[in-house]
Amino acid sequence: MSSSVVEARGVGKTFGTGDGQIVALSGIDLQIHQGDFISLIGPSGCGKSTLLRLIGDLVSPTTGTLVVNGKTPGQARLDRDYGIVFQSATLLDWRSVQKNVELPLEIMDFPSEERPARAREMLDLVQLDAFADHFPWQLSGGMQQRVAIARALAFRPSLLLMDEPFGALDEMTREAMQQEVLRVWRETGTSVVFVTHSIPEAVFLSTRVVVMSPRPGHISDEIVVDLPRQRDQDTREQSKYFDLVIEVREALRKGEKGGGAL
Amino acid sequence: MTERDDLIRETPETDVFASFEGDLPTIGRRSSPGRLLRRYLPAFIAFLTVILVWEGLTRLLGVESFVLSKPSEILTSFTETFTTIWGAGMRTLLEAATGFVIGTSLAVATSLAAARWVGFRDGMLPIAIALNATPIAALAPIFNSWFGLTNPFSKMAVVAVVVYFPVMINTTRGLLEVDPAELELMRSMAATPAEVTRRIRIPRALPYFFSSIKVASVLSLIAAIIAEYFGGPQNVLGQYIVNRAQLFQFPDAWAAILVASILGVTFYLLILLAERRLMPWHVSFRSSD
Amino acid sequence: MGGANRRIARTGLSILAVVVAFVLLWEGYKLIWTAMGWENPVSPDDRTMPHTWDIFLTLLRPAQRNGPPFILVELKAALMTLREAFVGFLIGGAVGFGLGVLFVRSTMAERAFMPYVVASQTVPIIAIAPMVVVWGGRIDLPQWLSVSLIAAYLTFFPVAINTLRGLRSPQPTAMELMRSYASTGNETLWKLQVPAAMPYIFTALKVSAAASVIGAIVGELPAGLRGGLGRDLLQFSQQFTAAPEKLFAAVLIAGLAGIAFVGLVTAVEHRWVQANRRLIT
Repeated sequence: MSSSVVEARGVGKTFGTGDGQIVALSGIDLQIHQGDFISLIGPSGCGKSTLLRLIGDLVSPTTGTLVVNGKTPGQARLDRDYGIVFQSATLLDWRSVQKNVELPLEIMDFPSEERPARAREMLDLVQLDAFADHFPWQLSGGMQQRVAIARALAFRPSLLLMDEPFGALDEMTREAMQQEVLRVWRETGTSVVFVTHSIPEAVFLSTRVVVMSPRPGHISDEIVVDLPRQRDQDTREQSKYFDLVIEVREALRKGEKGGGAL
Repeated sequence: MTERDDLIRETPETDVFASFEGDLPTIGRRSSPGRLLRRYLPAFIAFLTVILVWEGLTRLLGVESFVLSKPSEILTSFTETFTTIWGAGMRTLLEAATGFVIGTSLAVATSLAAARWVGFRDGMLPIAIALNATPIAALAPIFNSWFGLTNPFSKMAVVAVVVYFPVMINTTRGLLEVDPAELELMRSMAATPAEVTRRIRIPRALPYFFSSIKVASVLSLIAAIIAEYFGGPQNVLGQYIVNRAQLFQFPDAWAAILVASILGVTFYLLILLAERRLMPWHVSFRSSD
Repeated sequence: MGGANRRIARTGLSILAVVVAFVLLWEGYKLIWTAMGWENPVSPDDRTMPHTWDIFLTLLRPAQRNGPPFILVELKAALMTLREAFVGFLIGGAVGFGLGVLFVRSTMAERAFMPYVVASQTVPIIAIAPMVVVWGGRIDLPQWLSVSLIAAYLTFFPVAINTLRGLRSPQPTAMELMRSYASTGNETLWKLQVPAAMPYIFTALKVSAAASVIGAIVGELPAGLRGGLGRDLLQFSQQFTAAPEKLFAAVLIAGLAGIAFVGLVTAVEHRWVQANRRLIT
């Protein structure tokens, strides 16, 4: 249980723009263990999405060392160690739901007779098996995002990266999706890194909340969420849950002052 | 992305027919007779009115047919000369269609290369955009001399060049205008550039490609007729129209123009049909309910 | 500003590179095909493919014995064609804009006439040109103005279509906002819809500028109008066996005329964009 999935030491990222350099992240130390559900939370500009993209090797760090599954992030990407879900579902319009889930399997050269069964299994997991032959535009936003999750998990990666996946959904759908993603996490045993700007969402989902602050982006606090792994609507009404929400909120506020903002 | 990519985004969109097309019945939408009537009745009435007023006025004012032919005269000429003008139309269509296929194939090949190699794109696109602004029909006399006045290939070559630029510019734009999230997704799966082209860029470019070849289909026929004007066999539409007009046989000329127009619209509709078969998923074809 | 200069320099450099590449390809083709004795697809002899420098020198040589240089004669012809094209562009642009406004105001008008606006573009202009000239002659229009009308026929279409598209482009909420101000149809048109349509209209104008030059060149042919590029192209193509360089040189000038006109419209567009950016910030 304690083997490291992600290990960051002194990681920093500087973007060169037209009129100079912007330090997006500096001095990031972070350890994520197998089976963790980690939320990255912070105000916009704190670099939480950048950190996620560094782990996924969608951008490269300027300083420090970053290890994913015991290798460089680049190698981990080439080995297809992680699946990713963005804020927009990014489904391909010209493919049916089933074919969208099969996309990574095609790219990763899974035998063609194995793909449909695997995709069905994933659609079962996100409870969309009845919609396999539909096209993306026929689905609601929440359903599209569930297809994106099925697609990210189709090749059984050990790590799931989620970049504000429910940011565009309404509150009711959002809560249902949170339950869904927790169930999937428990059933698959995948480690999850989850970027959000919603405090209740971070607390409800995570085993640990990583609080980040801007200028430059850094980790200002880490809060362990010692709620049981089995969580449901009742969890949202427990006083323990409220205490943790307050704790994260205060950590965020402190981080903002400590960062010298406004 | 480079500075040049702005250039592609700035280039004019050539699908001038698109707004009309949005009104065509979409797949899966059940068109009630009432709705169809309301949609097409005004156009039908406008057509009848124009024809009747045209016929009436030319009769009433006694306008000579070399100034403005009466619709009835054009119709008579159309039926009487049908075998001649239809045969001429077919020869012209052959030039147009062959040139269209050549020009489109070369354009797609160039676009794929331009999407793949940034250097090639940077060098190629500004020139293509500039050449697109030149009156390419002016090449017709050169091609006549090169390939021979009577060789249909000299007309096909003009059509191919006319078709080439809009298709190439639009298709390249389609291949490059990809949602960055889709590129990130493909990167996260460690997909090769060839995979990205096959699974993302080509499907994304299809709508751009089709809107450009729809316009090109109409252009190809007009280009063939213009190329014919600069000399060659007499039994083609361009020469026929010019000869008849020079003899002030305007009803004959109009009848031949009608053939050109019918062929142009048919060619266009064929491509529209192909588009629907190949991209049933596209937004513009989704039923509204 | 430094970026803009660099951009211009780079564009100039790439144009130069293309010219050099073109000359090398042309002359290389001639060399190889001559050496191998190949004739297809195009014979490499000097009658079919004159040397690039001969074409260039033709521009500088007198067009007629003791006359002004060819380039001056052709530039004058280009100016005449451009004048026809420009007037046609203005007429076509105005008609196109008017149709766009009419169609956005009245769905009935759009349904009645739009199909024919589209169908009009399948009619080859070269075919209607002789009739337009006859009509123009009837009402004592100067011939060049008839040619402008032919150019306008190609010009109005993209402008009409894109004006309509542009006028429909504002967000529904923006239209609702204007409605909440109890704004009249005209105010909504000029304060919201027309500004929103400008990028669409400029796009169409660039297409139209190129089309109007084609229209003018092609229109000159059946009109029998002398002194313009169209007539010259026809004349030089008939003299091709005697003096092939002249045709190539004239085609070159025609191409530059088209590029110049589109370039002018693009420059106006940039000015417009900059002026409006200043208003916003």
